Amino acid sequence: MLALVVAHLVVALLLPLASARGHRLAFLVAAVLPAVTLLWALAQVGTVLGAGVTESVAWAPTLGLELSFRLDALALAMIVLVSGLGAVILVYSAGYFGPTSEEATRSAALVLTFAGVMLGLVLADDLLTLYVFWELTSITSYLLVGQRGDKRESRRAALQALLVTVLGGLSMLLGFVLLGEAAGTYRISEILADPPRGGMVPVALLLILLGAFTKSAQLPFHPWLPAAMVAPTPVSAYLHAASMVKAGVYLVARLSPGFADLAVWWVPIVVVGLGTMLVGGWRALAETDLKRVLAFGTVSQLGFLMVLFGAGGRIAALAGIGMLLAHGLFKAPLFMIVGAIDHATGTRDLRRLSGLRRSMPGLAIAGVLAAASMAGLPPLLGFIGKETAFEAFIAEEGARSWAIAIGLLVGSVLTAAYSARFVWGAFADKAGKDATPVHAPGPLLTAPVWLCVLGGLALGLVAPVVDALAGPYADQYVPVDAEQADYDLALWHGLGLPLLFSAIALGGGLALHVQRRRVKKLAHRSPLSAQNGYENTVAGLERVAVGVTGRLQVGSLPAYLATILAVVVLFLAPATIVGGTWPGDQVFYHEIAQVPLGIAVVVAAVAVVRARRRFTAVLLVGVIGYGVGGLFVVDGAPDLALAQFLVETLSLVAFVFVLRRLPSHFTEQASPRRSQVFKAALAAVGGTVVAGVAVVLSGARVGPASASDDFVALAPEGAGADNIVAAIIVDFRALDTVGEIGVLFVAAAGVASLVLATRYDRGRGSGSGTPSHEKDVLG
Amino acid sequence: MTDPVHTDPVPFDEWDRPVEGWLLSGRCRDGHDRTLLLEVATRTLFPTMLVFSLYLLLVGHYSPGGGFSGGLVAGLAFVLRYIAGGDVGLGAVVSVRPPVLIGSGLTISVLTALVPLALGAPVLSSAKLETTLPLVGTVSTQTSLFLDVGVYVLIVGVVLDLLRSLGAGIDRDMHDAGESP
Repeated sequence: MLALVVAHLVVALLLPLASARGHRLAFLVAAVLPAVTLLWALAQVGTVLGAGVTESVAWAPTLGLELSFRLDALALAMIVLVSGLGAVILVYSAGYFGPTSEEATRSAALVLTFAGVMLGLVLADDLLTLYVFWELTSITSYLLVGQRGDKRESRRAALQALLVTVLGGLSMLLGFVLLGEAAGTYRISEILADPPRGGMVPVALLLILLGAFTKSAQLPFHPWLPAAMVAPTPVSAYLHAASMVKAGVYLVARLSPGFADLAVWWVPIVVVGLGTMLVGGWRALAETDLKRVLAFGTVSQLGFLMVLFGAGGRIAALAGIGMLLAHGLFKAPLFMIVGAIDHATGTRDLRRLSGLRRSMPGLAIAGVLAAASMAGLPPLLGFIGKETAFEAFIAEEGARSWAIAIGLLVGSVLTAAYSARFVWGAFADKAGKDATPVHAPGPLLTAPVWLCVLGGLALGLVAPVVDALAGPYADQYVPVDAEQADYDLALWHGLGLPLLFSAIALGGGLALHVQRRRVKKLAHRSPLSAQNGYENTVAGLERVAVGVTGRLQVGSLPAYLATILAVVVLFLAPATIVGGTWPGDQVFYHEIAQVPLGIAVVVAAVAVVRARRRFTAVLLVGVIGYGVGGLFVVDGAPDLALAQFLVETLSLVAFVFVLRRLPSHFTEQASPRRSQVFKAALAAVGGTVVAGVAVVLSGARVGPASASDDFVALAPEGAGADNIVAAIIVDFRALDTVGEIGVLFVAAAGVASLVLATRYDRGRGSGSGTPSHEKDVLG
Repeated sequence: MTDPVHTDPVPFDEWDRPVEGWLLSGRCRDGHDRTLLLEVATRTLFPTMLVFSLYLLLVGHYSPGGGFSGGLVAGLAFVLRYIAGGDVGLGAVVSVRPPVLIGSGLTISVLTALVPLALGAPVLSSAKLETTLPLVGTVSTQTSLFLDVGVYVLIVGVVLDLLRSLGAGIDRDMHDAGESP
């Protein structure tokens, strides 16, 4: 399974090769792998519906990290959406993006990458594996929504989606860690087999739910989803109908069997889910852009799915899987229809579209079928899902289930209303409007639509197939009575309350649509706006950042040094006094040669403080450095001494180079007395503390150093070196060396860019900027 | 006996222009910021320092030295050359751009670290190399020498980069601003 995920990424990397021969080819090539994935998953259906297929690859064994995957019924249902719809949408993209489109190359590779990481997400059987793929979907969606980044609107939408989902993702990671520690394992299947209780588990679950809510655009995080509609339509169809936004729902569905009996799990899900369903449905009634109508519809449906998966119960879980498939199979074609309309007419505004039912009859029929599934009309899959959902809460007596059932009914009325609004807006003749001119979309734009719509119709007619898929997942719940245990997804359950509810939903929705003018006026009146909330939060964060930066980054070197020294003193001094012991065997010197060297260093240090000219000060600092190097020689560390001397020389040279551009004296006038005293005191205390710490730490070692013993023993044989220092640098701790030269690399690049970047170099070989770049830098 | 007609090949105000090839560093600098003594000394010292730096690099495994020290010595040789001959003097000996050197050094080291992986050993493991050369006899070294070579190249690149940015870069700024060095 890991191989399959990786294959997606590899092919995505190679896709530009295909793009060079035409975008259409690139999308068609990209569509192959998701199609293969779907076939592979369907081929294993026997095992999947039983025990499930598992696979585990060690990632970092010493840390206990592993990439483990598991294909079970729920994952299979998601793969139908992720890979099946992915393949269909990639084919659609081949028709959607024009041959000269600049977005096409990137989009093809990114959509395929996205399909790969989403596949990893739904297959993951390890909390941390899941988290990795979860964040990867956020990043790919950021790139897909942001596109080239040349439009302010796309940038803002992409950033909003990223900020919101990553905020949730981080909280989810914290929740995962708490949950994993409480359970003693990060393997999801093991956690669900024996779900932990008590302790930090409620906190963990709330944190995880925050992640699920942000990803699935639940209240109050929903505005990112409609905003992300600036993305190209195939991207919207895939990310926002079929896959990414389902990740939150999927997570809830995945964990619910273990935790749905806890109020801390189902109460937030039901409250937030119902709220989202109602708000999303209500807002969809006021939108005029067809894509935004669908976007708010998706928000609403995601709330619906949340309730179904989070409430816990066998029938609700059956309904959940049914609705999950149904939603993918009607929302993706609806998006694709909008894309085709956009292509054919150049607009998505339902106030300007008119008469499309006559000019595009095929598309109109497909649109009506998909919208009918969304509204819950038999015999489509949407109807089955919705009726089962009503059944789930009507059958389960009690105030809670009645409240949920009524909530779902109101939500379904809104769903039917915006389904009608979509069909009317897209295809109907509008009074007083001429028919919109149309140029017919090609088969690549219409065939995928029909494939999805017919899929929804077929699955509705052969409901037992869906039931077989949903059954193993739903059977994780213990049914409360025989009636619940026997319930299955079917087209006809006889006359009863659920059927009445479905009828009310349809009738109410149509009535609401007839009254659309009044509804629209009302829908615009809302005192609260989640989008404003998001914008205020971000603006507030920026203000705080500016304030803090302004206070801390004052641009004064003495201030920075004072801060650093003060921190050193405040943290090191108490720790040393409390924890350290003064070694008893302190001698004044070990060798007589240390005395003159020490005196020289001290004298130079005092002289540095007295120096008025920069050049003098630099030279005196050099003296200190050489003096310390001399001490190394005396103590028998020639390697250190050599490096010290060389580095000291080089830094002197660098100093002198820089000094040419600085005033020769430190200050024009002496600084005020008070600040001088303060600086002197701080410096003196800092020096004393550091010296004291050095002495105390030298006494901290009580036994013989075991590490260096090994080094001494191993150097000649293991590393073939007589010089232990060299053996440590290039052999025992060679990774450190590689890291350090990496740092040097970065430092050199930094210095060069700081000094050279603002200037246009005429000569060859210095490679810094261009005239336009210089203009950019200098404003 | 009369004095032969004195035909001076060099005008008087350019009496100190070097005529021997080994003293030349491409284009001559202005007379006022040259010290002939330093230039001549540099010309003698520069190759010696480079050889010494190579010695430090090779000997690092057995006595003080190594890629870091060797690289610094080589870098200081270039510093000396820069101080004596300026940007021009430097350009006469190194035509490689410093970033290329830095990148090559890092690449060599990282490749040295990764090669054992391809041979089935852990990252960064080293092995002993031994060959018998005619006249010299048996010569042995460690593969970790290549890591040191990478460090050496990188350090030289860093020093040259320093000269390019802080040395020549500031030189040119001052020249453009009309200030004397």
